[in-house]
Amino acid sequence: MTTTQVPTTSSARPARSFQTRLSRLPGVLMTAFTVLLALLWVFPLYWAVITSVKPENDTISSPPTLWPQTFDFSSYSYIFQNSPIVRWYLNSIISSLAITVLVLLLSLMCAYALSQIDFRGRVWLYFLVLAGFMIPFQASLIPLFILVNKMGLVNNYLGLILPQLAAPIAVVIYKQFFDQVPPELGDAARMDGASEFRVLFSIFLPLNWTITFSLAIVTFIAAWNNFLWPFIVMNDTAKLTIPVGITQVQSAYGVAYAKTMASAVTAAIPTVVAYLIFQRRVTEGVMATAGLK
Amino acid sequence: MFNPVPTRSTGLPSTDRQPSPEKRAQTRKRFLTAMLLVAPFILIYLVFLIYPTLRVFQLSFTNSDLSGVGNYNGIQNYVKLFTEPTFWTALVNTLYFILLTAVPNTLLGLALAMLILRLKRMKNFVLAAFFLPYVLPVSVVTNIWGWVLDSNFGLLNLVTGSSITWFQDPVWALPAVAFVTIWWTVGFNILLFIAGLQSISPEIYEAAALDGASGGRLFWSITWPNLWPVTSLILLLQLIAQFKIFDQIYLLTQGGPFDKTLVMLLYSYREGFQQQHGGYASTIGVILMLIILAVSAIQLRLTRGSRA
Repeated sequence: MTTTQVPTTSSARPARSFQTRLSRLPGVLMTAFTVLLALLWVFPLYWAVITSVKPENDTISSPPTLWPQTFDFSSYSYIFQNSPIVRWYLNSIISSLAITVLVLLLSLMCAYALSQIDFRGRVWLYFLVLAGFMIPFQASLIPLFILVNKMGLVNNYLGLILPQLAAPIAVVIYKQFFDQVPPELGDAARMDGASEFRVLFSIFLPLNWTITFSLAIVTFIAAWNNFLWPFIVMNDTAKLTIPVGITQVQSAYGVAYAKTMASAVTAAIPTVVAYLIFQRRVTEGVMATAGLK
Repeated sequence: MFNPVPTRSTGLPSTDRQPSPEKRAQTRKRFLTAMLLVAPFILIYLVFLIYPTLRVFQLSFTNSDLSGVGNYNGIQNYVKLFTEPTFWTALVNTLYFILLTAVPNTLLGLALAMLILRLKRMKNFVLAAFFLPYVLPVSVVTNIWGWVLDSNFGLLNLVTGSSITWFQDPVWALPAVAFVTIWWTVGFNILLFIAGLQSISPEIYEAAALDGASGGRLFWSITWPNLWPVTSLILLLQLIAQFKIFDQIYLLTQGGPFDKTLVMLLYSYREGFQQQHGGYASTIGVILMLIILAVSAIQLRLTRGSRA
């Protein structure tokens, strides 16, 4: 939705007078300024990538070199061999995928019932869900940790995943979308004897593939990037997720910026790639979670 | 959006007051199906969000450790909290951090959104450039900026000749973290502002242009007031997010130097997870929760008013 192009008027193109060209100058300058600013904005990312492929000694050479004299991938091989980064990667992939699938599934079912089934306590239940919209889990970190610890789920994938499923945002978004589906569609299927599960998965879900896909990507990115809870609940070095893990090696390497940047770049790849491929879906998902459709 | 859907009656209109056994069975079946559908989410939600939220209030009146074992000690924690200078330091630092991020981040987001919207080519590229940092994990962001702002070999100090130790400097540490936060998150604001700007009908601008308005006049009399619902939403979202600030501070400064960057959640974390003061840490959590709930209530009211 952000990519709506303003149609450019390129029809008549007579030789422009000097004056019209001059009047365009501020616009051209502003465009140049915008692009320059954008380049400046991504420059730290460029710098991180470039640093990661320099030999460690060249990273602190003065003056700094904007392009490596030699490409050296030894920092990457070093971190792969000397830190559990592969293991952390797997931990992150598994937990983020599990969180994404479960959040969508649980939210779908809950939102469908709240939107489409007429049962006692429905309105009350929806208000309960909405209340959670405002509750910051960070404020009750202590009791959450005590609870998860009592369940024996510290350093356990269930302890990592379950609390991350308790966010009501996807329920609220799905409910809004389900509310807009014409009721006749579901009623017709029910007349034919379809169960509610059937109606949900063969009518409502297919009708809402786009938002499902957007929510999936945004949920995955958020789960991958999540720091605070994984940091609190996982202490075993082997069980860390990648964003927490790379903060451990940083101190272990000392001042070794090529290695630090190599692990940062490695940790960022999945979310960056997901964004660059699915830009529009990410945009849509972000807008939906912010409450703007 | 928050209005409950009007209930649809599905069956035939029944004439008698007493529902037929058949219909009652149907209602029951519907209820059970609904329960089956909502149960998995609601159970997890109650156990892992609602229960801890209630428990934090209870714990705040105890001297519990980190295993939840302890005795009630009345309002001792609250008395201690409000007389403890560290708490006020954390609160003031949090507010200062909000000031350093929320307003500049909102204004910058608006300015960049307007600059991006007037682009013809390269619009997607420029938007992606500003949004890309937003999808990075926080530790990647802090690692990158820890490097760029490194006092000895960091690019910024090498280029400018400065020797400021950005994240260890009593004056610069919090502004430096705020700057990193803006770099990381402004893309989100830009997206919302672009949507907001695009929803202002072009006819209003055309009408105003016919009346001879242009430039700054156009902005202040049309763009700004029409955009206010989005602007206030963004400000409040920032306010809520920055009250909970923890990750960047923990990773870049650990609250130092001399508690100059100690914020509320970090204070609670220190007390709870490092000092094993579960009860006292919960008390800080309660204060944080009450503040955020108050801000959220305002936000809810605003979003409700702007949609409907």
